[in-house]
Amino acid sequence: MNQSNSSGTPNLSLGGEILSFISRVLLATSIPLIAFYVLYQGFLFLRDSDAPRVIITLVAIVWGVGGVALLYWIFNGLVERLPDAWKTRLLPFVFVGPAMAILSWYLAIPTLRTFWISLFGRDGPPNGFTLLQQVASDSFVGLSNYTAVFTDSLMLEAFRNNLMWIIFGSTFSIIFGLIIAVLADRSNFEKLAKSLIFLPMAISFVGASVIWNFIYEYRPAGQDQIGLLNSIVVSLGGTPQAWPQWVAVAPWNNLFLIVMVVWLQTGFTMVLFSAALKGIPEELMEASRIDGANEFQIFFRIMIPYIRGTIISVWTTVIIFTLKIFDVVWVMTGGQFGTHVIATQFYRQSFTNQNSGYGSAIAIVLLIAVIPVMFYNLKQFREQEAF
Amino acid sequence: MKSGKKRKRLASLFFINGTLILLILIWTIPTVGIFVSSFRARDNIATSGWWSVLPHREWKATRTINPVEAGLDANSIMEIEGVTGTFEEFRAGIQSPDGSRITWIGNKRIGKIEVQEQVWSIDWNFTLDNYRQVLGGQDFKFTKPDGSIQVVPGDNMTGAFLNSLSVAVPSTVIPILIAAFGAYAFAWMKFPGRRAMFILVIALLVVPLQIALVPILRDYKALQLNGTFLAIWLAHTGFGLALATYLLYNYISGLPRDILESAFIDGASHFTVFTQLVLPLSVPALASFAIFQFLWVWNDYLVALIFLGGNPEFELVTQRMAAIVGSRGSEWHLLTAGAFVSMALPLLVFFSMQRYFVRGLLAGSVKG
Repeated sequence: MNQSNSSGTPNLSLGGEILSFISRVLLATSIPLIAFYVLYQGFLFLRDSDAPRVIITLVAIVWGVGGVALLYWIFNGLVERLPDAWKTRLLPFVFVGPAMAILSWYLAIPTLRTFWISLFGRDGPPNGFTLLQQVASDSFVGLSNYTAVFTDSLMLEAFRNNLMWIIFGSTFSIIFGLIIAVLADRSNFEKLAKSLIFLPMAISFVGASVIWNFIYEYRPAGQDQIGLLNSIVVSLGGTPQAWPQWVAVAPWNNLFLIVMVVWLQTGFTMVLFSAALKGIPEELMEASRIDGANEFQIFFRIMIPYIRGTIISVWTTVIIFTLKIFDVVWVMTGGQFGTHVIATQFYRQSFTNQNSGYGSAIAIVLLIAVIPVMFYNLKQFREQEAF
Repeated sequence: MKSGKKRKRLASLFFINGTLILLILIWTIPTVGIFVSSFRARDNIATSGWWSVLPHREWKATRTINPVEAGLDANSIMEIEGVTGTFEEFRAGIQSPDGSRITWIGNKRIGKIEVQEQVWSIDWNFTLDNYRQVLGGQDFKFTKPDGSIQVVPGDNMTGAFLNSLSVAVPSTVIPILIAAFGAYAFAWMKFPGRRAMFILVIALLVVPLQIALVPILRDYKALQLNGTFLAIWLAHTGFGLALATYLLYNYISGLPRDILESAFIDGASHFTVFTQLVLPLSVPALASFAIFQFLWVWNDYLVALIFLGGNPEFELVTQRMAAIVGSRGSEWHLLTAGAFVSMALPLLVFFSMQRYFVRGLLAGSVKG
């Protein structure tokens, strides 16, 4: 894109190239490292301090935010003092380096490390060995964690449930989002309607669990039901149930959890659909109305094909989201009653059972599931060629 | 012909608005239920549905009869006020022909009989005690119907609230700052590896954060960082950075070239251009990502559970709530008030900055 002050970069000798590479890497990593150290020292202070909570909160915020900003300023100042050629070479890495270093530490490298851990037993690769020694050690188990992932009955249950989550969760979020977007567009109170449907987006899954637990609240038959659902069931002459825990209907009891996510996610799909629908030229709809198309034909033959791209990308987003679903299940049932999903199994194996090898294998399965989307995103990026 | 068309239009308008109102009701009732309940007294929540704050018909005793004085034998079929039935039937309540209901309250030996009439009533017994208990953190005593006193330990939501604030604000600002610098470099600087690095950013957009938890937890253990705010700030920074960089790049690369170029010609450094021009111009994009990230961090449970899990002093609102759900899942007066405390700030942010949030969604993508 812009090369405003890079015109004068001279060609470097090999030695210069190496020096330049080393100093770039050093720059990129030293900002986060120093930031880390300074923040860490602050934390030791905060942890041991007896100051009131509000003060600690304020200090923590100012410390964290100010510390990082200050570092950029200092490093920029240092690099700007260098001769022009070096400045041009190094300055971009003051800007982009910290982002790349943190991304590498927190996401890129862990992908490889998790894969490596997944080839070992409970405790992962033994410490203080070279890679080859690790492979030779007793704790190396090869792919057997993966065999376990695809044969363990609880994992198979988790796969089945996740499939239900993906199918029902995404489909209903999409359908309701689409219906509400279309209706709101023609109603007399579009803004209010959209705000209210959108509101659950601000609620945490834990909060939503409280909300829906209250709806599902169960009192033995004969007592007054204080949960909305059981109250409706009783007034219709049915028997009250502890719904998500109702094992007799497994795996369909998962639907009581899926409903919660549909409730949370519909606002998201609706907003995106609503924006896409507004992009349909009014003339197109008018013309088809004049030709005698009714509203349903317009919906299926014009609107849906027109916003197909949006539907697909929103659908993908919701699918990825439901694939990783964790909080709802963990808080509502803890995975009991046949409601385990991949992410709860991951948590249970990695942190409750402390079996990091097995847990890592589950995480890798999650990663493999999103790889098609990753490739699609990269393909889109290449096609845009705007970079 | 014209009136037929008009009628059809009215009918469709009625259909559209009617369906929409129905859907909105379904979507809002769950939240309303919690909201109303959080102001109801403990006993009321436990014995009647929250909808009894709406006008409803309820059985109220008009007079009571002492079964001993009336000479009734609970073990046989009895006749009371012109209705006959067994003890069990009276326990459930028998309706008499004049519309009143006769109910035996209590057991056979020391019970009483109530003649009840259906009256309109509203349960408007609202209180702030639930919030006091949840926020205050002190123990609460209350008298049970039978006269004994029960002590319920308080929940320190205020502490959790402040903790959440200490986690959420830096976890929002730090990634934005780092991502803005990065996005600026991608958009306006030339350097080797630029394309490869950006491809990495895009690839990492959808990587599930679960992939990082085990290795990062190992690092944190080695650095003795577990259970500190720093640990969770950095984690949220790492997990939010890809999306932040991507969104901000899209915005910053679209800023008008001539403004920036004329600044460079005037001799401004990159740092000056970034802080004096690019950051102020990017406020809409910064704000929309900020809301996104803030809501995400505030509502996060998994990351907090893993990196702060061991330290009860640093518990966040989501953890606190999940703990109350787990330990006292039927203390609805605490749960409902606690849920609202945990929702208050995100709802406020959300409503005051909804426009930016929607814009962020429209520009956005998937977060790992």
